[in-house]
Amino acid sequence: MTSPADKFTEKSTVVAENLDHRARIRDAMKKYEGTRGDGVQRFNDWEAARDSASRIKGNVIGRLNHYLEQFVDRIEARGARVHWAEDSAEARRHVLDILGRAGARRVIKSKVMTGEEISINHALEKAGYEVVESDLGEFIVQLRREDPYHFVFPAMHLSRGEIGDLFTKELNTPHSSEPEELTMVARRELRKRFMEADAGICGANFAVAETGMISITENEGNARLTCAMPRIQIALVGIEKVIPRLEDLALFLPMLATSGTGQALTCYNSLYGGPRLQDEVDGPEEFHIVLLDNRRTVVLADEEQRDSLHCIRCGACLNVCPIYRNIGGHSYGATYQGPIGSVLTPYFKGLRAWSHLAHASSLCGACTEICPVKIDLHHHLLQTRRNAVSVQPARKARWPYACFAFMMNRPRIYGFAVRVMRRLQHWPVVSGRKLLRPWTKSRELPEIAPRSFRDWWKERG
Amino acid sequence: MARIREALAPSGPPPKLPDQETVNAALPSVKPDIASMREEFINQSNQLRTEVRVCSDFSEASGALREIAVEGGWGRVALHRGPSVSRLSDAFSCPVMWTDKDYEKSELEKCDAGVTECDALVASTGSILITSRSCGGRALSVLPPHHVVVADAGKLIPDLSTAFVNLKKTYGADMPGFISFITGPSRTGDIERILVLGAHGPRRLTVLLIEDSL
Repeated sequence: MTSPADKFTEKSTVVAENLDHRARIRDAMKKYEGTRGDGVQRFNDWEAARDSASRIKGNVIGRLNHYLEQFVDRIEARGARVHWAEDSAEARRHVLDILGRAGARRVIKSKVMTGEEISINHALEKAGYEVVESDLGEFIVQLRREDPYHFVFPAMHLSRGEIGDLFTKELNTPHSSEPEELTMVARRELRKRFMEADAGICGANFAVAETGMISITENEGNARLTCAMPRIQIALVGIEKVIPRLEDLALFLPMLATSGTGQALTCYNSLYGGPRLQDEVDGPEEFHIVLLDNRRTVVLADEEQRDSLHCIRCGACLNVCPIYRNIGGHSYGATYQGPIGSVLTPYFKGLRAWSHLAHASSLCGACTEICPVKIDLHHHLLQTRRNAVSVQPARKARWPYACFAFMMNRPRIYGFAVRVMRRLQHWPVVSGRKLLRPWTKSRELPEIAPRSFRDWWKERG
Repeated sequence: MARIREALAPSGPPPKLPDQETVNAALPSVKPDIASMREEFINQSNQLRTEVRVCSDFSEASGALREIAVEGGWGRVALHRGPSVSRLSDAFSCPVMWTDKDYEKSELEKCDAGVTECDALVASTGSILITSRSCGGRALSVLPPHHVVVADAGKLIPDLSTAFVNLKKTYGADMPGFISFITGPSRTGDIERILVLGAHGPRRLTVLLIEDSL
């Protein structure tokens, strides 16, 4: 069994060596930087907005039980059924129960990362349900039997030609590689599915405590259809999605749009408060919310990294991360990629096996700077590195550091070591960097000066 | 829940919520007079590819709607009995279906266009605010490929904050089950980041803005 760390090294090496792939991602991200820059200019004061957003999330997360209770009370009052899930397995059980009791057969989904987290598609398919993704990017990666590459742009790693080939192969449509035509192919295919689906599974970008509603942000309209056409609606929502007041959306919706895609506002921002009401002409008969913990409470308990729960899943940190741009989303091997993924995954899936993600960083801090809710991402990566030592003692590193400390504390021994290295530096085994390979293979030894500063100083008297 | 309380127990008080004024000061703002709001709404709409047709009164709007129907080759259109929409229902020579009572989804699917009211037009973002209660349900404005909104100039509001304050004032504790801000026709950039309109929702979005609604 290869460890997650080994898989990460394997996959990231493959992508890092694929210069075309890297160029494609880099170009996409440069475009993003431009549009986001324009978006930020639209605000009167982007930094003040970040500050407000950070405080609001800080307040909510700091009083999460209070706001969750309020949210649940209010949405239940309008006929929604709330199900608590401690972990992925419990969440999957809830979904299967709901579908079973409702006699559903066909399920359509809008984009829901919490669904990826609990691997709901696999569980539904195993249980004999027909599941189709309606978001175009998700639909594409579902046909390829792949994971999403990026949680905002799931298919950003694919060219139009590759998508054209995929549609021809899987959907038997005449070949095209024009984005417009391909989008229409998907629209026609999915329209049928919207009309036939018994149940729609969605996520939520925010859960408004004050009015008991979930808020869903999208550009395509597939979530609106997922939540309007089928008779059963199931929302999978992480417990950290809560915001206190309805008008907080006036801040969060534009910030999510700007940070996520550089838009002033995303095309559809919709609030759902339960099943179809008495006086309403359409909408689901049943509305269920599965509130997922899945170790978010472990992050909550860690006061140092608690602000990671502020995340609004905009994807900005992925877009600016030099590591993400060069190794791509599939290398991470986890639901959440990039800096936020590297911070959360050790909590969600285990520190010992996943702390390597915290090392996949140059600590440049671009993520922290761009985060709309001011999560201190790069410091969290450092903190995770430190935390990892207590569960995985770096015994192999102890003796080199001990030797290093011994030598550096004794100037005469250090002087002697330098004189020795001056003689040895041109030996093939040293200059060829054959010794201590893990450390020397990516480091060159600089030329050692013919005379050390100390000797020169002594000679000058 | 117990786990949450436990996790939070040893901590000090969380940051205070910022007040609305502080939040609003950071957001883009529009002067709340009709002329400025109209101008900004049209400006935003141009960038979004939302078509805005300013009509001086209902009879002009009726003419505009007839033109759009002919131009679009509408064979069938869906409406709901809202105050403004009802006044324009005789603009159509093609068959009309109503979504006010239980309707057949498959019938709606055959329609070329859906015509609705709106609760508000948000100037700063070029958004149209609708609810399931006031605008003919959840699907009318998203299933047909062309969505037409009939709005009088009085529906213009400056920004999103005002929209949420008004929602609470209008509906209070009795909120509709579905509320949405529509900002342009449906779109996607999922294929090579190329913008394509009409991904799943309407490919065309038209606002008939009626100056004099008497």
